[in-house]
Amino acid sequence: MFQLIFFSILNGLVYGMLLFMLSSGLTLIFGMMGVLNFAHASFYMLGAYVAFTLGLHLGFWPALVIAPVLVGLLGALVERQGLRRVHGFGHIAELIFTFGVAILIEEVVQLVWGRPAKSYQVPALLDFPLFRVMSSSFPAYKAFMLVVAVAIFGFIFVILTRTRAGLIIQASLTHPQMVAMLGHNVPRVFMVVFGIGSALAGLAGVIAGPVLGTFPGMAQVLGSIVFVVVVIGGLGSLTGAFVASLLIGIVQTFAVAMDVSVGGALAAVGVPVASGGALHDLWKVTIAQVAPILPYVLLVLTLIVRPTGLFGTRET
Amino acid sequence: MSTATTRPFAGAGVAHAARARRYGLWVAAALVLLMLPQLVHTGTAIAIMNQMGIAVVFALSYNMLLGQGGMLSFGHAVYFGLGGFIAAHVLNLSGRGAIYLPVPVLPLVGGLGGLAFAILFGSFSTRRAGTVFAMISLGVAELMAASSLIFDRFFGGEEGITTNRSKAPLLLGLPFTRDREVYYLIAFWLFVAALAMYAFSRTPVGRMANAVRDNPERAEFVGYSQNRVRFVSFCAAGFFAGIAGGLFAVNYEILTAENMGLTASGAVLLMTYIGGIGSFVGPVIGAVVFTFLQSMLSDYTGMWLLYLGILFLTTVLFVPMGLAGVLMLHAPAWRARRIGRLVGPYLLTGALALVAAVGIIGLLEMIHFVAVSEGAGATKRLFWMAIAPRTLTPWLAFAALVVVGALGVRWTAPRAAVAFAEASRPAVAVRAAPTGKASL
Repeated sequence: MFQLIFFSILNGLVYGMLLFMLSSGLTLIFGMMGVLNFAHASFYMLGAYVAFTLGLHLGFWPALVIAPVLVGLLGALVERQGLRRVHGFGHIAELIFTFGVAILIEEVVQLVWGRPAKSYQVPALLDFPLFRVMSSSFPAYKAFMLVVAVAIFGFIFVILTRTRAGLIIQASLTHPQMVAMLGHNVPRVFMVVFGIGSALAGLAGVIAGPVLGTFPGMAQVLGSIVFVVVVIGGLGSLTGAFVASLLIGIVQTFAVAMDVSVGGALAAVGVPVASGGALHDLWKVTIAQVAPILPYVLLVLTLIVRPTGLFGTRET
Repeated sequence: MSTATTRPFAGAGVAHAARARRYGLWVAAALVLLMLPQLVHTGTAIAIMNQMGIAVVFALSYNMLLGQGGMLSFGHAVYFGLGGFIAAHVLNLSGRGAIYLPVPVLPLVGGLGGLAFAILFGSFSTRRAGTVFAMISLGVAELMAASSLIFDRFFGGEEGITTNRSKAPLLLGLPFTRDREVYYLIAFWLFVAALAMYAFSRTPVGRMANAVRDNPERAEFVGYSQNRVRFVSFCAAGFFAGIAGGLFAVNYEILTAENMGLTASGAVLLMTYIGGIGSFVGPVIGAVVFTFLQSMLSDYTGMWLLYLGILFLTTVLFVPMGLAGVLMLHAPAWRARRIGRLVGPYLLTGALALVAAVGIIGLLEMIHFVAVSEGAGATKRLFWMAIAPRTLTPWLAFAALVVVGALGVRWTAPRAAVAFAEASRPAVAVRAAPTGKASL
């Protein structure tokens, strides 16, 4: 039991920090521009694919640096050439635009890399078990993921709170007109933030690709979860994104590890459940099967009960 | 015809004529629907028309949300799919003789199923508008997608639910074994549903949906609850999506969880937007064009969604009013009888754009060939030619087409725009006719 809880917490932390790398960019972009970027997870996917190809020629470590930069540049380009153009048509048009970009990126990935999954491997340097607790071991690569994610968290925190650029970004979040009045180029700030957000998503892709798989559906798998995180944490709130990332990460990891069925759980509490009948499927459901649903139940509940999210200050 | 000048002072006679023309359009649409199967003879064409009919109902129902109500939904296929699943199960029950329900009534069952779930999910999701509504719709879509893996009996797991329309009891002795017979069923329901949706948009609640879309605060001050107005539109949209789902169940006799997934919801957004959300006919055009391109392109390339995605993004970026909106823009020129002057410039620009498109398609297909299909021979058939993508020549040729086409369009497009402005100029220069734009 200890073993299960210990590893679930560790894996949940790794998964949660990975979610944070995606959700931090998404929530910053939303907070600034009011745009919910549907293509955010697509940049994550691009990061993994670009790193895979670069890795074949240059190795993992140069790819770790170059791929996020390329993805970030592409993100800035999308903002400059596309998003800025539809900005005048309102938020719904922006949402539709980013949805189109997401479709396009997924198709382009299939065009260039094909439909089958790529065998993007953990670098040999990190391919060993870091430590063992009883019968299970913890891979060094997951520890590396955790370190990178924590470093990114610290990086964002320092940039936003301790530097002049961070102050301008924070000010643009709430008072874009005033910042523009003070002589700053707010559209360029937007473009830079969009680019950095995309680069972070790309970096998440680079380090998650070998573990979660590199395939054309990887954006869809994670994309919706990241939305859930951002909404639960409160749109535009970095602290909220951090807490919600860890919450979702740990809840999901724990749920997956539990092989208890609903009927079994009820029977354990003393409620007898008849097998068969119309609800037969429902009683057979295990907690592990419910795991994929949990985030969306949380999402819908949050939006009904507390639309501002955990740490958000405003709706929409 | 001098309607361009008389329209601003439209009297009772003109209004009467307009109404007669509108009824005439519906009668003409009904006649076209009846005549179409007589004009085509291949089974494939009938199958595609069936698919189009279903898509048109679905897209029209989607536009009740997006175009008329301003609600962007990423989960509209949920109501389509659930309606379809319920219809399929009812059809199976009917086939076993457990209940009496003939096939022609089945789409109504699907509609009621869609309505029931729209009431359930709409009760909380329509409390919000804009981005939050879109998020909730996405959440509901993911929720249903995940649930479909759990409730095996209802959704049938990976294989889905199959059914057989020929086992159900007959109504008036009409059999539905062949596609052609199903076509008339789809055409009937398409006509009824389209008429009902059009009528809905003219009712006070349909009008209020537009008001809530444009200015919810003001609608509240007038005394309407924006939540309730959105809820009613949402339920109506769910009902008609369910009808489309029921038609799908009758036509294909199989439903899988994919039919209500995010991809299906995305497809209906694409077709509605490409057609144009600003007018009633927009989704019809969009659904027909989308289905046609989809079935044509998928014969030639595995990358059909890429091309449709490019078309979609182009629409979003450059012509947000969609295909129907572009057609509407030409109404003044048509009324002024100067549409003929546009043919020349348009043909020239169109031909050059086609050249560029051929170049882009060629490049994309060659990238795909080189990147993915390794060792599958050295040549690829493209535009009825054998092309060797691993040599330099075809790359240069297609790139040259792109450059020539793009430069040409850049040169001719301003001229076409000038010709358009010239042709749309009102005959008597008082002011622009107010009917020129799409009524978004």
